[in-house]
Amino acid sequence: MIRHIGRRLLLAIPTLLAVFTIIFIIVRVAPGDPAVAALGDYASADAVEALRERMGLNEPLWKQYLTFLGDLTRGDLGRSLISQKPVSEQIAFVLPYTLELTAASILIGLILGIPTGVITAIRRNTTTDYVGRTLSLLGLSFPSFYLGILLIFFFAVRLGLFPAVGSAPFSEPVRNLHYLVLPALTLGLIETAYIARMTRSVVLTILTDDYIRTARAKGLEEWVVLLKHALRAALIPIVSLVGIFAISLIGSSVLVEEVFARPGLGKLMVGATKQKDYTTLQSIMVVYALIIVMINLLVDIIYTYVDPRVRFS
Amino acid sequence: MADAVANPGAPGHVTLASPESPKLISQRQRALRTFTGNRTAVVGLAMILIIVFIAIAAPLLAPYDPLDQSVRSRLDPPSLEHPLGLDDKGRDILSRVIYGARIALMVGFFSVLVGGALGTAIGVVAGYFGGKIDSALMRLTDVMLAFPDLITGLLVLAVLGPGLWKMIFAIGLTIAPRFARVAYGPTLAIKGKEFVEAARSIGVRDARLLRVHILPNVGGDLLVFGSLWTASAIRLEASLSFIGLGVAPPTPTWGQMIREGTIHLTTVPMYSLGPGLALLLTVFAFNLVGDGLRDVLDPKARA
Repeated sequence: MIRHIGRRLLLAIPTLLAVFTIIFIIVRVAPGDPAVAALGDYASADAVEALRERMGLNEPLWKQYLTFLGDLTRGDLGRSLISQKPVSEQIAFVLPYTLELTAASILIGLILGIPTGVITAIRRNTTTDYVGRTLSLLGLSFPSFYLGILLIFFFAVRLGLFPAVGSAPFSEPVRNLHYLVLPALTLGLIETAYIARMTRSVVLTILTDDYIRTARAKGLEEWVVLLKHALRAALIPIVSLVGIFAISLIGSSVLVEEVFARPGLGKLMVGATKQKDYTTLQSIMVVYALIIVMINLLVDIIYTYVDPRVRFS
Repeated sequence: MADAVANPGAPGHVTLASPESPKLISQRQRALRTFTGNRTAVVGLAMILIIVFIAIAAPLLAPYDPLDQSVRSRLDPPSLEHPLGLDDKGRDILSRVIYGARIALMVGFFSVLVGGALGTAIGVVAGYFGGKIDSALMRLTDVMLAFPDLITGLLVLAVLGPGLWKMIFAIGLTIAPRFARVAYGPTLAIKGKEFVEAARSIGVRDARLLRVHILPNVGGDLLVFGSLWTASAIRLEASLSFIGLGVAPPTPTWGQMIREGTIHLTTVPMYSLGPGLALLLTVFAFNLVGDGLRDVLDPKARA
């Protein structure tokens, strides 16, 4: 098991290297001098030159590239162009908020989505199925920020059940969760639509398999066939697709953090984009790449549990 | 599809030519019938046509000039003269929602066109030439596909700066790798076919081979996926505008209106909810059609 994970980690290295290289290139081709961006348009030429020297921008490109990679391996993400604070500190502060939001949303999506998917598959071509499918298509058409605003409008403005925007630190768990409800529900409901749709089509395919017919033929009760035979096999594709959804969720969390004014990786990225803070932007992209690799790794590990065929191969 | 099973005479079922009607149906006809037999897809298509009409006829349909700030009051709740109310600069919200369809559809259409051209070129070239070109291009594609499209779009816009055509290019760039993936597989398959070898043996050059033999065979799928991805393109445009990186302010875009309206949610809720509904319906319409097209493409997926 540990060897399996180790091998997966090694396989991720070339991918990460490719990603880091692309990020490095994109940030270098960006127009505008980072030193000017940091000091403002009215800075003296001497000051700009001094900062360029200090930031290592006068070094040849290959040397900058090696420094960038070297710093990364030591966990050094550099300093923000604007605030001059270490980027890793900022990221360490906001990352738990993004991870909390993502995890809660996936949980909501799984709890609501899998039963919906199974029910619409069993009741295929009935009104239940038709309504469920139309609703899930509507759900995955929902721009996350619009759903967020609708939830704020009904649950915060009209009913006053939850705070509209903001967040609370982790040291106050109850308030923290209270602030989490609406943002997590926003992404969770959209996630539900994706998961329900996918579960339906996976279960439908499996229900036509021979071993399901055998299970029914030998007189097993329908719920046993469904839960023990069909759903177990369905878990395999569901796990890998949920991994893909989790990654796209990281993208939507950018918007939800904007709507709810929550701290998070996405909000940090939007801020850095607007201020042209390229070092922060570069580091956030590195963190996103790492998260994506981690999610894929996690999917691989869960796979060895749900699919006996890939165990320790 | 529901009625097709209940009623074997429904249009969706004509695909099986019965012995009494030996008339053969062409593949294109069958595809068309599968599509029109899918009621939700037809509804989606009708919705798209209405939205396109609204965008084109905006000057006739909008009750006011979307940029006119001459009204004395601001942030008025809905009234008879202004069905959705007035925004923070005294502009008629309904008129701005109607005009907003223009930017949404324009960005949706052109970014898919840009992404389609770029992605198809990458996929076809990688598949056709193989070797090092193949692995370099497809590795790049995979890396880009690994990132959520909003994050790629943000990064590209951060580098390019704001603007309508930069937005179109940024969204096109995020869609391109998906096209590359779709174009890649069929190219590999067709490359090995006898007719391609025959053409090459009589001295047809690569460029002509790609244009005359490969592209037409890949084109159909790409068209279908293109219409499917218009939904993501429109949503991505609205998302980036919502963040505040969209087309410059006076031009009405749905994403930007939703953003401006959030702080006035208690007083003029329609300021955000109106353009949001328009955006939702537009994306929904394209998804309905995309869903129907997927059934046409993949008969196995038909439930």
